Amino acid sequence: MATPVVDNPGALGLPYSDPPQRRAPRTSLKLRNALVGWTFVLPNFAGFAVLTLIPVLLLFYYSLTNWNIFGNADWVGLDNYARLIGDKSFHVALGNTFYYAAFHIPLTIAASLGLALLLNQKLRGAAFFRTVAFFPYVTSIVAVAVVWNMLFSPEYGPINQFIGLFVGGELPGWTVSKDWAMPAVIIVGTWRYMGYYMLLFLAGLQTVPAELHEAARIDGASVWQRFWNVTLPCLRPTMFFVTVMVTIESFKVFDLILVMTEGGPGQATLVLSQYIWQKGFEQFELGYASSVAVVLFLICIGVTVVQFLYNKRRDA
Amino acid sequence: MAARPTALRKTGRVLLYLGMIAAAAGILLPFAWMVISSLKTNNQVFTAPIEWVPDPFRWSNYVDIWIKGDMVTWVRNTMTVSVVVTVLQVVTGSFAAYGFAKTRFPGRDALFLLYIGTIAVPWASYMIPQFQMLSSWGLANTLYSIMLLQAFGAFGVFLMKQYYESIPDSLCEAARIDGLSEYGIWWRIMLPLSVPALASLTIITFVTTWNDYLGPLIYLRDRELWTIQLGLQRFVGDYNAEHALIMTGSVLSVLPIAIVFLLGQRYFIQGIATTGVKG
Repeated sequence: MATPVVDNPGALGLPYSDPPQRRAPRTSLKLRNALVGWTFVLPNFAGFAVLTLIPVLLLFYYSLTNWNIFGNADWVGLDNYARLIGDKSFHVALGNTFYYAAFHIPLTIAASLGLALLLNQKLRGAAFFRTVAFFPYVTSIVAVAVVWNMLFSPEYGPINQFIGLFVGGELPGWTVSKDWAMPAVIIVGTWRYMGYYMLLFLAGLQTVPAELHEAARIDGASVWQRFWNVTLPCLRPTMFFVTVMVTIESFKVFDLILVMTEGGPGQATLVLSQYIWQKGFEQFELGYASSVAVVLFLICIGVTVVQFLYNKRRDA
Repeated sequence: MAARPTALRKTGRVLLYLGMIAAAAGILLPFAWMVISSLKTNNQVFTAPIEWVPDPFRWSNYVDIWIKGDMVTWVRNTMTVSVVVTVLQVVTGSFAAYGFAKTRFPGRDALFLLYIGTIAVPWASYMIPQFQMLSSWGLANTLYSIMLLQAFGAFGVFLMKQYYESIPDSLCEAARIDGLSEYGIWWRIMLPLSVPALASLTIITFVTTWNDYLGPLIYLRDRELWTIQLGLQRFVGDYNAEHALIMTGSVLSVLPIAIVFLLGQRYFIQGIATTGVKG
């Protein structure tokens, strides 16, 4: 018999096959694998898309309308954004958001790194301390705010009683004073989050090679020199990650301020997220609130992208 | 000569311990003050100098709060929401994480990037359109809204994906050759192997949902739907001058979380540390 000519050599289990006919089953296998992958992702992604992605997209549309409580959402183009330029309250909120970030970011990084370095010494009770430092982060913002507001009471509050032991004269009015409300909020924010970042730093410190420290010690490097020249460079990836996270978190600040001061006194602690809330849910100017929300969105994304680019350039 | 370094080291140790104790005391002080005040009368809460030991211990605050506030309703609502959210988050999160970590499909990496991107997006920026959407479906002012709000976050997907990636692919390969389907691999191999990560995710999700304040604030209007955070906040408004009672409520709102956290803090800390480091 001559070489058999069959339509589908693969079906006969022959050792060769011509390419076009093998491609078909392979594509269907690929398709099947893709389908399997999608079914895994889909249940979560569906919820994520509907509850997060679509609202984010809608936000941009609404920011270009005069949507209000009566339900009309007429296209107004960039009118809302033009209005932002002359809106004093918006300027205050923008300024306060940066005020909070400018202090919260460095304070939190310094405090959490300090705690992590302290704990990285092999001390007995370190595990207990880690739990303690982390505790403020898991407690509810309402309880936290309520307690701190009482601690900050200007006249009889424990904090001013304590300060009064050392300093005379007028004591800070904290949450009821225009000048001191923001510092009070920053203190509480730092207290609440430093345990979280401490944990990230601790994990980072585990990656610093002990031999490097040993070598530096033998070369006569002081504690400070070793921190500066050995620990910090090794900690750079962690430092970058923590900085990005603290930055995002501080621009997001919302519930802490809403519960502690409601943006007051006056507008002393009004931040962007709360201004969105006021415009949207209290004054029902939903279109205008959306344009403020777009600004907040762009700031958060923008700052993060800049940080990533900067980090990449330093890596290169 | 030899004595100097050891003496120095000893002082160093002592200083480190003092530092640690001082920091711990400072961090815990607000909680200590909260608990102490919850056992006082209103007049005793603010005294100069501070009364560190209540005299007498006023335990009745812990009875009164159940009468004056709707503690039972609040706890029941919060518990319902937290349990449902945790189950949804853990199941869909670990399921999706398997898809991202161990299967290949076009668009997979782009999709995952989308999840990561939302870390930088504040909820405040899209809460208005989200509220509008859920309201139009008639879900505002129901507990379902809070469940939906929390259940599909990116966090669960991250955490589980990080963990699954540490499980060798060869294990999945072997299972595939043995004829197990992908779903079978997830259910019979991945889930049992990822118990520590599942525990982290469970605790973190439960605690976050329990503590959520903004979601309920926007969505829940009826008294009988209030969660513990919302209830406590409104209670503070209504009983403005009852400092001691407010502290009692705060203690009660923190207590369940304190217990959950202390029981699972090992997992909790592990979970945060692993998601954090690799980002």
